[in-house]
Amino acid sequence: MTLALSAEHEQLRKVVEEFARDEVAPVIGDYYRRGEFPLPLVRRMGEMGLFGLPIPEEHGGMGGDYLALCVAIEELARVDSSIAITLEAGVSLGAMPILRFGTPEQQQQWLPRLAAGEMLGGFGLTEAGSGSDAGSVRTTAVLEGDTWVINGSKSFITNSGTAITGLVTVAARTGTRPDGRPEISAIIVPAGTPGFTVAKEYDKVGWNASDTHELGFADVRVPAANLLGERGRGYAQFLSTLAEGRVAIAALAAGLAQGCVDESLAYAATRESFGRAIGTRQSIQFMIADMQVRAHLSRLAWRQAAALMVAGEPFAQEASIAKLYSSEAAMDNARVATQVHGGYGFTIESAVGRFYRDAKILEIGEGTSEVQRMLIARDLGLPVE
Amino acid sequence: MREVDSETMKIVVCVKQVPDSWAEKTLRPSDNTLDRESVDAVMNELDEYAVEEALRLQEAQGGEVVVLSMGPSQATDTIRKALSMGADAGVHVVDDGLHGSDAVATSLALAKAIEAQGADLVIFGSESTDARMSVVPAMVAERLGLPQLTFSSSVAVDGGTVRTNRVTEYGYDVVEAPLPALVSVVEKINEPRYPSFKGIMAAKKKPVQTLGLADLGVAAGEVGLGAAWSVVAEAAARPPKAKGTIVADDGSGGVAIADYLSAQKFI
Repeated sequence: MTLALSAEHEQLRKVVEEFARDEVAPVIGDYYRRGEFPLPLVRRMGEMGLFGLPIPEEHGGMGGDYLALCVAIEELARVDSSIAITLEAGVSLGAMPILRFGTPEQQQQWLPRLAAGEMLGGFGLTEAGSGSDAGSVRTTAVLEGDTWVINGSKSFITNSGTAITGLVTVAARTGTRPDGRPEISAIIVPAGTPGFTVAKEYDKVGWNASDTHELGFADVRVPAANLLGERGRGYAQFLSTLAEGRVAIAALAAGLAQGCVDESLAYAATRESFGRAIGTRQSIQFMIADMQVRAHLSRLAWRQAAALMVAGEPFAQEASIAKLYSSEAAMDNARVATQVHGGYGFTIESAVGRFYRDAKILEIGEGTSEVQRMLIARDLGLPVE
Repeated sequence: MREVDSETMKIVVCVKQVPDSWAEKTLRPSDNTLDRESVDAVMNELDEYAVEEALRLQEAQGGEVVVLSMGPSQATDTIRKALSMGADAGVHVVDDGLHGSDAVATSLALAKAIEAQGADLVIFGSESTDARMSVVPAMVAERLGLPQLTFSSSVAVDGGTVRTNRVTEYGYDVVEAPLPALVSVVEKINEPRYPSFKGIMAAKKKPVQTLGLADLGVAAGEVGLGAAWSVVAEAAARPPKAKGTIVADDGSGGVAIADYLSAQKFI
């Protein structure tokens, strides 16, 4: 038994590795410093078919699987996390809910352009007062005749304000269930719908070349047909979307952890102190060896979860384990790699300086480390608090 | 002049697998040939432009693109890459007897393989990033008696004619020849596509023909290290970079620099 990639997935990995090295690495630092979304790179990724990796060919995709998507995300994240999260959110959060839950008409309307990377979709779940307890959303949608009228706001929504953002899938209260809990549904809101406003870019600690906004909805009216999936199933749909997304975030974290090894190996071979390359010192060698252990285990963890998912087996606990372990591994590796690089590692000119800033959000986004521990504990049969 | 129906035009693209140009290359101590085992191998970058140009011609006017490579067994990876970019079929010339072949012997094996294919247009990258000789395209053209349009920065096919811009020191010449013909392309003639996953999956089902020396009708004595016109007698690692000379400018700096450049025979 091995978690090695098939020949085709390995070929894909090499293609993305080459793209990241030749086209992303030379320019991404400038985008990062300017806080600018790297649209030319995203367009190129669209041409390469990366946004269509797990989308069937009849919807304009590549007919691959979620494993292929995760392979691409990991390779991008070895070089830069902003570009990797743009792909992750674009596919896993933008396109996949429409593929999984959309009507044939919705799929036909949105998937070909999402799969081609010509359009990005956002995933509107988090609100100012609603993060981990996603069931407490306050945004409302009221059905008036054949029109949903949406009011509320969303926070930290990735890919929601780019020049090619086409839609945001919004989680909203659409009523009260018989047991008194809110009924939550998902509704597709096209970009440019009157009343739908995109606030200015957040001033984030990391992921500075990715696009993240607060969104406002003031009497936003969309057709009843924009309901995604069943009314009242929104919460369950979002949870299953997030479970898949955790595997992709784990792959992203594994990529960052590996990037820390790559950069430290190169730097330790050339940087000299006291007359010798620092890589000849055991103190540095042990740091790099420990980083490699964490990167390797992170990769094994997400590949195992992805293999289960692709095989149609239960994978939720493995996804939580992978996301929890690899995001903390990324954080550790970023700290250690910055140490290996010394003062140079404290600049955002250096890749590890960016890794250091980018790693923290991995312990927060798409389910915090605490939520992952809670899910694992529940999966082990421990009582719900 | 032969009339070529563009619908059935057959383009053969020659590609070479080379050590990754980022990698540190070494020679095998046993015979001073390039050690291809210990480094990552990739498609020669210039050949990516050749494949892309062939695919663009095919997309514009139809026909078939066959990718041809001579190299050890792992060169199939490079053929697969061209197939996943969109080429229709592959031909792999592989034989232990070819190890150590020089440009003259390589051109013989490639010419025989191209002859068997019956190409209307042959496209090469203008050089390989390992040997950097730029002579194989011309040699192959000579062996096949084909017009050679080398160092092309644009390629257009119209009926039975190919027209290229041939890069020169002062600009470019517009050259034209009847098909069948051989073209080599320069860097930046186009932007090579990355293989998509769909292309990678489709490449699995595309045919790759394997040919040895006997299939090509080439005698063992005509190729390989033994037939090479030159041998590497000895090789030594590049010496470490020597420390530079620092001249403090006390008014005579210009003279010191001129003396230095003169001593190095730069001026």
